[in-house]
Amino acid sequence: MIHCVLHDPGDSVAVVVVEGVKAGQTLTGLILDEDRTITLPCTQDIPLGHKVALKDLNVGDTVIKYGVDIGKVVAPIKTGQHAHVHNIKTKRW
Amino acid sequence: MQSSFWGYRRENRRVGVRNHVIILPVDDLSNSAAEAVAHNIKGAMAIPHPYGRLQFGADLDLHFRTLIGAGSNPNVAAVVVIGIEEGWTQKVVDGIAATGKPVSGFGIELHGDHDTIMRASKAAREYLQRASEAQRVECALNELWVSTKCGESDTTSGCGANPTVGDAFDKLYAAGCTLVFGETTELTGGEQIVAARCRRHKTTDLSDSQPTKGNIAGGLTTIEEKALGNIQKIGKRCVVDGVIDKAEMPTGPGLWFMDSSSAAAEMTTLCAASGFVVHFFPTGQGNVIGNPILPVIKISANPRTVRTMSEHIDVDTSGLLQREITMDQAGDKLIDMMFRTVNGRLTAAEALGHREFVMTRLYESA
Repeated sequence: MIHCVLHDPGDSVAVVVVEGVKAGQTLTGLILDEDRTITLPCTQDIPLGHKVALKDLNVGDTVIKYGVDIGKVVAPIKTGQHAHVHNIKTKRW
Repeated sequence: MQSSFWGYRRENRRVGVRNHVIILPVDDLSNSAAEAVAHNIKGAMAIPHPYGRLQFGADLDLHFRTLIGAGSNPNVAAVVVIGIEEGWTQKVVDGIAATGKPVSGFGIELHGDHDTIMRASKAAREYLQRASEAQRVECALNELWVSTKCGESDTTSGCGANPTVGDAFDKLYAAGCTLVFGETTELTGGEQIVAARCRRHKTTDLSDSQPTKGNIAGGLTTIEEKALGNIQKIGKRCVVDGVIDKAEMPTGPGLWFMDSSSAAAEMTTLCAASGFVVHFFPTGQGNVIGNPILPVIKISANPRTVRTMSEHIDVDTSGLLQREITMDQAGDKLIDMMFRTVNGRLTAAEALGHREFVMTRLYESA
């Protein structure tokens, strides 16, 4: 089963595409642009459609998705954690 | 891919995929009479809306352009226009009459609702019976005008449903179709990517926006992330050939960008007014929109939406996210549904009676 997908191998986050992802699971991630999979640990419950961090990210780091900048980190994020509005913001406003 | 479909060729040679007789109010006051006429004449469709009084300037221009464009749409066989007074009513009638299709106007002042409804019903009955004899004819694929706009987006939209539309748009672009996308604020964060895809480097005003509560519930964090998902709809190969204003008609085939709202009902109404005859609507969390004139084909890759809102989804591409189908297969699945729809199959939104006709307003009334 594919648990999450990412667009570009350099992305810092992946999108969870199944319901019921729980802390402690090992996730299989599909890289859409390359049609190959990776595995990663999951350390928090993550709802369908929400993002999981693929690497440790520090405050001020740029978050990459689709291979491009989608915002900045505003609270530290560890690999396998839930990445969303509580720890990522746009750089625009 | 098939190279032809079955459509209705109108007086001005444009091809429609539906055969509606519409009762079009010029203003809010005339909705009641329009709905009464549609009640009298079975098969005629009233298109009520809340505006048409005391607009001015660019707002009034857009109001007329939207009404005249909607009536002129090739999915419409004939139009009965009803307004509170004769002047603006006649202006809408004259605009639609330029297409050569049957159209009549009725002003309520000096007559009252009863007399207006009687006279308008007689015209509508005649139009409906005439339209019911129209036959579909074989038309070339490049005569098809296809619009797109997404709604209730989430992260699955950018991974699955939007790139499915993009794959289909790449194929339809190569076939010579006329295509449009828009949603100006939802390019925020992806402007450079779209600008690089424009044939002429004319920039449009890209104002600020933010993800909605529904988007955030679906996992979208920033406007950039939403915009990058949105842009997946224009595929990988097609080029943006030109920019049009709201409810403005493209002047040739290719991919057009309409400077438009991102609100689903406003954008699809503008697409109908610009002459597009079928619409691709990718959704993540499950937007239920339809349009009275434009068949809206819904595509979702979100497995929960496909399960819990199945009556709204025409094309399920959730298999993309489990590697069960390829993007090429997903695009073909959408194109297959497009052919079935333009040949006459009712969309989920049509079957459910979704007829959201929403005018875009620029500012308050005088």
